[in-house]
Amino acid sequence: MPKHETPLLDQLISGPWPSFVDDLKSYSEYRHKNPKNVEYQIPEDVVDDLLGVLELSYVDKETHWKHGGIVGVFGYGGGVIGRYCDQPEKFSGVAHFHTLRVNQPNGKYYSTEFLRAICDLWEFRGSGIMNMHGSTGDMVFLGTRTEQLEEIFYELTHKLNQDLGGSGSNLRTPSCCLGQSRCEWACYNTQEAAYQLTHEYQDELHRPAFPYKFKFKFDGCPNCCVASIARSDLSVIGTWKDAIQIDQEAVQAYINGEIPPNGGAHADGDWGPFDIQKEVIDLCPTQCMWMEDGKLMINNKECTRCMHCINVMPRALRPGNDRGASILVGAKAPILDGAQMSSLLVPFIRMEEPFDELKELIENIWDWWMEEGKNRERLGELIKRKGFRELLNVAGLKAVPQHVQEPRHNPYIYWYEDEVPGGWQRDIKEFRKRHQR
Amino acid sequence: MAYEEQKEKLLAELEKKSKNKTKFYFNDLAKILGEKPRAAKKIVNELVDEGKLVFWSSGSTTMYSLPGTGKQAHAEGED
Repeated sequence: MPKHETPLLDQLISGPWPSFVDDLKSYSEYRHKNPKNVEYQIPEDVVDDLLGVLELSYVDKETHWKHGGIVGVFGYGGGVIGRYCDQPEKFSGVAHFHTLRVNQPNGKYYSTEFLRAICDLWEFRGSGIMNMHGSTGDMVFLGTRTEQLEEIFYELTHKLNQDLGGSGSNLRTPSCCLGQSRCEWACYNTQEAAYQLTHEYQDELHRPAFPYKFKFKFDGCPNCCVASIARSDLSVIGTWKDAIQIDQEAVQAYINGEIPPNGGAHADGDWGPFDIQKEVIDLCPTQCMWMEDGKLMINNKECTRCMHCINVMPRALRPGNDRGASILVGAKAPILDGAQMSSLLVPFIRMEEPFDELKELIENIWDWWMEEGKNRERLGELIKRKGFRELLNVAGLKAVPQHVQEPRHNPYIYWYEDEVPGGWQRDIKEFRKRHQR
Repeated sequence: MAYEEQKEKLLAELEKKSKNKTKFYFNDLAKILGEKPRAAKKIVNELVDEGKLVFWSSGSTTMYSLPGTGKQAHAEGED
């Protein structure tokens, strides 16, 4: 007999998709059975009360969670998000239901031993409910009481060698794709960059003093597997300067049907024989590819690094060898003014340890945003408000053609008076000699 | 101005303002101190370490307050 009747939630189970309600109910049963004899440090019925309070909010059509709190661990202003229930008598198990964000390992590589250790810790000192992973990348531990926070923090940092992630007006947990560890397209070592910058910016990660959140994300190539271009204030996306490498024999093998296109990814449907014209050349967004005497040709100057041809024929085409990254800035989700994608700031930067060039750029941008940014204003919004030209100025960069999306379209580039010969002043009489009213 | 004097100035100002509002953005604190953000951050962090200021976080935004101020602090036993 469940602690609370949940008819509205139960309806979710009847749908065709796996339901979190099923998961929570089966976990609740497990928690009551307690086969490992865990000495739960927070109420055993935390999961039942979580379902109960959710059912109540479905009935009332309003939330029963309060907003935020001062809970945290000593010295850290982020990583813990206070959540309290506004019906604590009815749902005592979730009277406190704080979230912990735990910094995920780069590339999300775990040992099973580590996973077992964090699960055991969370079952013992928290609700046992976790989210692998939150959208910033952290492991999210959902639901514990205030008095458990320092204990969990101690265990994580001292025994599991594991730090908390970022939340609030902090640098958020940097995230990266798995990079060169498994992917031949990675143009730099994304894991190393995320690791180095996480260590360099510990203060920014744990002690909030920004106007709002700030996210870095590292993608090894323009496939953008961590979607840095859409989700981070500063996106570092691997790219190359020279020509795409072509193996013409392999191109022929694709054409002759000897190698399945897309690495065999769509092999379950009958798409007919591979047609390089239809599936690759005609789909090139800048139309910079063609066949000549049976050979695939690419006008690399026009390539925008969309990755489509490389994705379709990975054995025939590879990124060039002169590799680094492009830096883009200002992506955000649509709380104010709609969603924004990152804009290109640095077309090419070498990504070599100790990443000094990147760090200098980041710090210049932060100094500007910290001084000029309004409360709760993301970098992308500040750039829109002040203009891209001002960002270039603080970043110590000159405007280059790559900053212009299309001629006469991009409103960002303006000249300052001292950059224009003669400034804004002119002799009106001289002017009128040449131009009548 | 010496560090300690600035800390006192900040706390006194927040004490005064706390009658009307109890949570402050970091920018509000930097303005009171009349310092650039990075210099202000050092002073504010020391006050947090000393327990004279506390962080309040909604999860997305962080604010600062004097310990024990505000309705929530009392309701949740955080004071």
